Amino acid sequence: MAQSNLATALPPARARADKESTLLANLKMIAMKLFGFVFTVFISSVIVFFSRWLVPGDPINFLLRGRSPNPEAIAEVTAIYGLDKPPLEQYWHWITGVLQGDFGRSLQYRQDVTDVILDRLPVTLGLVVMAGLMIAVLGLAAGIAAALFRGSWIDRGIIAGMSALAAIPSFVGAIVLIAIFSIQLGMFPSFGSGEGFGDMIYHLVLPSLALALSFIAVVGRVTRSAMMEEFSREHVEVARSRGITEVAVVFRHVLRNSLGPIMTVSGLLVAGLLVSSAIVEQAFGLAGLGSLLVSSVDRLDFPVVQAIVLIVVTAFVAINTLVDLLGPVVDPRLKAGKGAR
Amino acid sequence: MSIQEAPRKAISRLSLHRTRWGLLISAIFVVVVILAAVFAPLVSPYPPAAVDLLNVNSAPSAAHLLGTDALGRDTLSRMIYGARTALYGPIFVILLSTILGVILGLWAGWAGGIIDAVITRIFDIVLAFPALLLAILAVALFGKGLTAPIIAMSIAYTPYIGRLTRQLVSGEKNRQYVSAYQVQGFAPGWIATRAVMPNVLGVVGSQTTQNFGYVLVELAALSFLGLGIQAPAADWGNMINEGQSALVAGNFLPAMIPSLAVVLIVVAVNSIGGWLSDKLGDPFA
Repeated sequence: MAQSNLATALPPARARADKESTLLANLKMIAMKLFGFVFTVFISSVIVFFSRWLVPGDPINFLLRGRSPNPEAIAEVTAIYGLDKPPLEQYWHWITGVLQGDFGRSLQYRQDVTDVILDRLPVTLGLVVMAGLMIAVLGLAAGIAAALFRGSWIDRGIIAGMSALAAIPSFVGAIVLIAIFSIQLGMFPSFGSGEGFGDMIYHLVLPSLALALSFIAVVGRVTRSAMMEEFSREHVEVARSRGITEVAVVFRHVLRNSLGPIMTVSGLLVAGLLVSSAIVEQAFGLAGLGSLLVSSVDRLDFPVVQAIVLIVVTAFVAINTLVDLLGPVVDPRLKAGKGAR
Repeated sequence: MSIQEAPRKAISRLSLHRTRWGLLISAIFVVVVILAAVFAPLVSPYPPAAVDLLNVNSAPSAAHLLGTDALGRDTLSRMIYGARTALYGPIFVILLSTILGVILGLWAGWAGGIIDAVITRIFDIVLAFPALLLAILAVALFGKGLTAPIIAMSIAYTPYIGRLTRQLVSGEKNRQYVSAYQVQGFAPGWIATRAVMPNVLGVVGSQTTQNFGYVLVELAALSFLGLGIQAPAADWGNMINEGQSALVAGNFLPAMIPSLAVVLIVVAVNSIGGWLSDKLGDPFA
């Protein structure tokens, strides 16, 4: 009697212990990754701030290049950066401001950097969101179609098209799209971001397509190859032999298992979009963050440059971390403590 | 946390090296561009900055084989001179990043332990800065031109070479020939540089060739943004930028020719890189 009690009692207890240890392992992994995120962003902020020290000479001269160094301007810059204080204190002064959303004052606009950036944010966000949607829809569709018709002329055609697209840099894509759709066909505007929400979307069609083109190719490729790998797995054979329709096999068994690598790549691409958007914004004359960065470099407005570089790097690292953390949620096979890789 | 390299690996390039004709055409194209760059003053029909206001936006003719731009400058001559900066920048970046990356990767992979951990962490932090962004920051600090972006891009590309070298070296370290040298009393530094390094350079070389295309595109993008080499110097990137005004006037060639050249040179170089990595057996390809 006692023996049988023991026998029935043991498995649940062991299962619970197992569960607790994987939970602990998961928490440990999350904590490690969050620490890595904070550490990398901290070092990046140190690099961005102290990069100014690489330029030889007086920091006031560097910051006021191309402007008249009158006493008020010198006093203003000294106050913004705390230039009369030791370097570490200057960093502390800057980073505590940044953490409260204060990036200092723009030298060209004579406004708070934060206000200048917030002004430009909607266009860049719209651009990245629209490009992201195009990449997800067209990239997935192309990849799925190629995998469905694998080996046929459809597959070969999609692969060839993808390879060609992947070779087109965004500035070339922008020029070609402007030439065809805005100058030859007159279908879309080639300049500015328009007035109001609907008009902005209309104005952003060509720019986001230019931004998306090469990324569509990447997502299409990854989708196809991830799905092809799944097709060769046993569980797909089993599903088929159970008489499940091919469409259901593709979407429920193949695509679902392919989401992990697709998501990893897509997440990282969003980060790439942030940088490439500068090129597209320039080509289409859009007032976004990227064109603000370029014009600030042009007009020697270093506080704005510093702010945008830090924001982009932080976003880049944050997306990386997020993709890392979400991997096991999308694909439970990647969970910590489970060796099934 | 480590910044992943997935997108770079996944951006599979149009590569023609699997067919003999594709490889041949790629090689010929690269050679033609190199020759044009080297002998630019001899082969270009006009000076690249020669303005001819009576002849703006002209279509291709016997006098101007590829037509002229909005200022009446000969597009062919500008393309030939532009080939110089197009190749010059990436060559420097590739050389610098390969030297730096091999040194750091070899050191990390060979020494292991704390040195390995520190170098790996440095690579991770550098990877948090996209190459183009680092180049823009460098221009903001040191002014426009080619020098600052070349140095910035070299730093940005070092981790890709460094990680690969480190990975290869730590694999080589456990091979028998290494312990054979050790037993014979060769100095560790000698083994690392004379025995191990030659064995990893082949693969590193093919990876480096593949980086060439990315660097070329990113430097052209910088010049397109007006932050690279400055006008009136001809560069394919700023030609595309300036060609936009001709584009609006209905003259497509000044923007389209350099666009096409950028795409073709990248495809051609990647094909040669692909052929190299097939030859050298890239284990990560």
